[in-house]
Amino acid sequence: MKKWIAFGLSAALTFSFAAAASAQQKTKLTVYTALENDQLAPFKQAIEKGVPDVEISWVRDSTGVITARFLAEKDNPRADMVMGLAASSLLMFETAGLLEEYKPKGADELKEIFRDQKAPYTYTGMDAYLGVVCYNTAEGAKIDTKTPTSWQDLLKPAFKGKIVMPHPASSGTGYLMVAGWLQGMGEEAGWKFMDGLHENIAAYLHSGSAPCVQAAKGERVVGLALDMRGASEKTKGAPLDVVIPKEGTGWEMEATAIVRGTKNLEAAKKVADWGATKAASELYSKSYAIVAYPGVSNIPPNYPANAEQGMIKNDLSWMAANRDRILAEWSKRYESKAAPKN
Amino acid sequence: MSTGLVFPASGAASRMTINERQIAGLFIAALCLVLVLIIALPLWSLLSKSFESADGTFVGLNNYLTYFTTPTLFVSLQNSLIVAAISTAIVIPLAFAYAYALTRTCMPAKGLFYAFALLPIFAPSLLAAISLVYIFGNQGFLGFLLLGNSVYGPIGIVMGEVLSTFPHALLILVTALSLADGRLYEAAAALGTSKARVFWTITLPGARFGVINATFVVFTLVITDFGVPKVIGGQYEVLATDAYKQVVGQQNFSMGAVVGMILLVPAVIAFIVDKIAKRHQVALLSARAVPFEPPANRRVALTYLLFCLVAGGIIVGTYGVAVWASLIQYWPYNLSLTLNNYDFANVEPGGWQPYFNSLTMAALVSIIGSAVVFCGAYLIEKTNAFPRGRAIAQLLAMLPMAVPGLVLGLGYVFFFNASWNPLSFLYGTLALLVINTLAHFYTVSHLTALTALKQIDGEFEAVSASLKVPFWRTFGAVTVPICAPTILDIAVYMFVNALTTVSAVIFLYGTESKLASIAIVHMDEAGASASAAAMATVIMTTAIGVKLTHLVLAHTIFDRLQRWRCRTAT
Repeated sequence: MKKWIAFGLSAALTFSFAAAASAQQKTKLTVYTALENDQLAPFKQAIEKGVPDVEISWVRDSTGVITARFLAEKDNPRADMVMGLAASSLLMFETAGLLEEYKPKGADELKEIFRDQKAPYTYTGMDAYLGVVCYNTAEGAKIDTKTPTSWQDLLKPAFKGKIVMPHPASSGTGYLMVAGWLQGMGEEAGWKFMDGLHENIAAYLHSGSAPCVQAAKGERVVGLALDMRGASEKTKGAPLDVVIPKEGTGWEMEATAIVRGTKNLEAAKKVADWGATKAASELYSKSYAIVAYPGVSNIPPNYPANAEQGMIKNDLSWMAANRDRILAEWSKRYESKAAPKN
Repeated sequence: MSTGLVFPASGAASRMTINERQIAGLFIAALCLVLVLIIALPLWSLLSKSFESADGTFVGLNNYLTYFTTPTLFVSLQNSLIVAAISTAIVIPLAFAYAYALTRTCMPAKGLFYAFALLPIFAPSLLAAISLVYIFGNQGFLGFLLLGNSVYGPIGIVMGEVLSTFPHALLILVTALSLADGRLYEAAAALGTSKARVFWTITLPGARFGVINATFVVFTLVITDFGVPKVIGGQYEVLATDAYKQVVGQQNFSMGAVVGMILLVPAVIAFIVDKIAKRHQVALLSARAVPFEPPANRRVALTYLLFCLVAGGIIVGTYGVAVWASLIQYWPYNLSLTLNNYDFANVEPGGWQPYFNSLTMAALVSIIGSAVVFCGAYLIEKTNAFPRGRAIAQLLAMLPMAVPGLVLGLGYVFFFNASWNPLSFLYGTLALLVINTLAHFYTVSHLTALTALKQIDGEFEAVSASLKVPFWRTFGAVTVPICAPTILDIAVYMFVNALTTVSAVIFLYGTESKLASIAIVHMDEAGASASAAAMATVIMTTAIGVKLTHLVLAHTIFDRLQRWRCRTAT
């Protein structure tokens, strides 16, 4: 009972302070994010337009770094919100009890897969990103190969030593691809496919976008990486084909959540509400083909057309629950013999 | 710190008065306190996690057991040792010859060659990686030089590490070789000693400390660096990438801490070796020493000039390629030139702001750092109060070198963000970035200061003591002026490293304190490697500008202050 009173009192205090503060000036929200650099300015602008009494200040880094940093800070969290971070990271935060339970107004209108599936409701999806094949046509022509359309195409001997992909233990993208194969093909066939793929892999890189960047620059013929990076490299002039293999591909989504214990809860809730609106999804759709709000669709330039059909049935909590087991098996199969292979 | 202010009961035959001894003790205690706060406690708050499970319960050595039973460990460990050993074996002789050319010959344009060789520390490490890929990568224009071997792997790592550690070794070796007693060489010449014998019996032993220090610095730098292996290591796993996989890939701080602990081993060995070497130490520059002046030997000068041209040329060439890379539209398919990559607002929300943050941070680190480091080194080396405190300070000063930036950065998060820590207000501010960077680059600066101090005869202190001059007067009137060039070297070293450092500060910057070096990483991640190269070029140009100012200063001011080094001047 005492707890409830204390909670009620402090909540009331927080609210009145927040109200008093917002009456005078904008509430400054610190938001941790893994959004791309060039998305930050338009996102800030749009949020501040949608929720006039907040001011957004970003702390942005790659998914792994920002996730590690957030977890390291858990005794004394510095962020008010997390936005544009992989749902698998948010699941980890939720398990650690670091997220505030809140379901944004209008969340029910979003596509089902973008809603937190399990209670407590803590995060809301924004957009989905997919693992794709970046194929350099100029370099491919030199070794006489065609654009791969199926995962099995990547097992052709012509690709020996020409493929790079993210290391699943250092990059979330790497893991989502591995988990995608295991879920899409079934575990046994998935491992068998990876055994074959391993023979053609030149290196497992420590970043989710580096493989496609390397393919774009002709360092490699094929890079397995994030869809958006493939599209943007192609837009910049790289001779790339960005392909979603016909069997479908693993995916992951970016999501928004409120950090438990934030001093700016009210403002954060407003931003979370905004994140679930149609206007917000229209903004997301400038970079991603698949967004949370139904009916909003805008294929970014050079983005593969069949994206939505290409998403396999993906179970994010299965991915989280089996991560240690899969990574251990992966390391046993490919890492111990992976050493100097150049 | 329970050792607090425990003075040895009888420092018998003390050179200092009791009063002076107390003041020295107080200073040393303050030094220890600072080092504990900025190095020991943050490190411990991460490394202690190696004994905990992911949810924070104590599990003893379980994590170590898990790690040591993983088959990939020995591959990584072996790879790390191989790469570090090869890089060290290449760097030390090269840097020694280069340093010798700069200090002991009459080669022309020494300042210029010194600056050339320091180029790698002027540039963010990513720049070398970018240009190595452009030169030797699968699309590289000199790729054929590798005879079919791939640059992605041990070859690339060794090339990258040799380039980036060369100036660190050079800095120490130049200091070691620049002080010499001319009388020894005169005696040798009078006795008709062969040149080889002079080298093995006078030059090398005289520079012994420098060589030992430089060896450990290079070895540990290579072992702990993850930037080069990450970008160009391909499939070749090393310990530092293991730590990265654990911490950034899987957010497993416990296992990351285990790798961090293993990486500390070389530093501990370095500390022990330093202790042993110290026992056999003889001061080079006795109070009666005569400064050495290089003989005017044309042929020798020409040979070294040729060597420096090749070595310096390779360094300048590599970074030249990176500058060119920053001006290209889209490598390798559209090689037309453009300045667009310098308009950072396209790819970085802060535009040029991170650059100015970096400048502020670097200036603060340089000023505060050189003062703290030099005074600290003096207290450790030249006072004789409170020996236990000095030993602790020495150990702490040696630690940061062995710690990967990743580990130090996370340690700072755990320590300075803890809710009980009264210093937590610093978190996310530029001030904490300054403190972290100072700690991160403490060791090399400390070793540089120590090398210079070791070469000054203890008799200066003895004479001062017998003249009843307190040590701080000796420090101000003798030590600082003699070592002024070294102090300035340290200040420049700190400034430049603060401009380029990434791995530790990436966990610490706040919304208002993003640094240029971090912006470079972000741009490269986003595929904008030309913009990354452009920002890196701006950083490099700034650093070179600072170095040139340094050279001019050294010429105008120190030529006067350092005239005692010249025999003929009066």
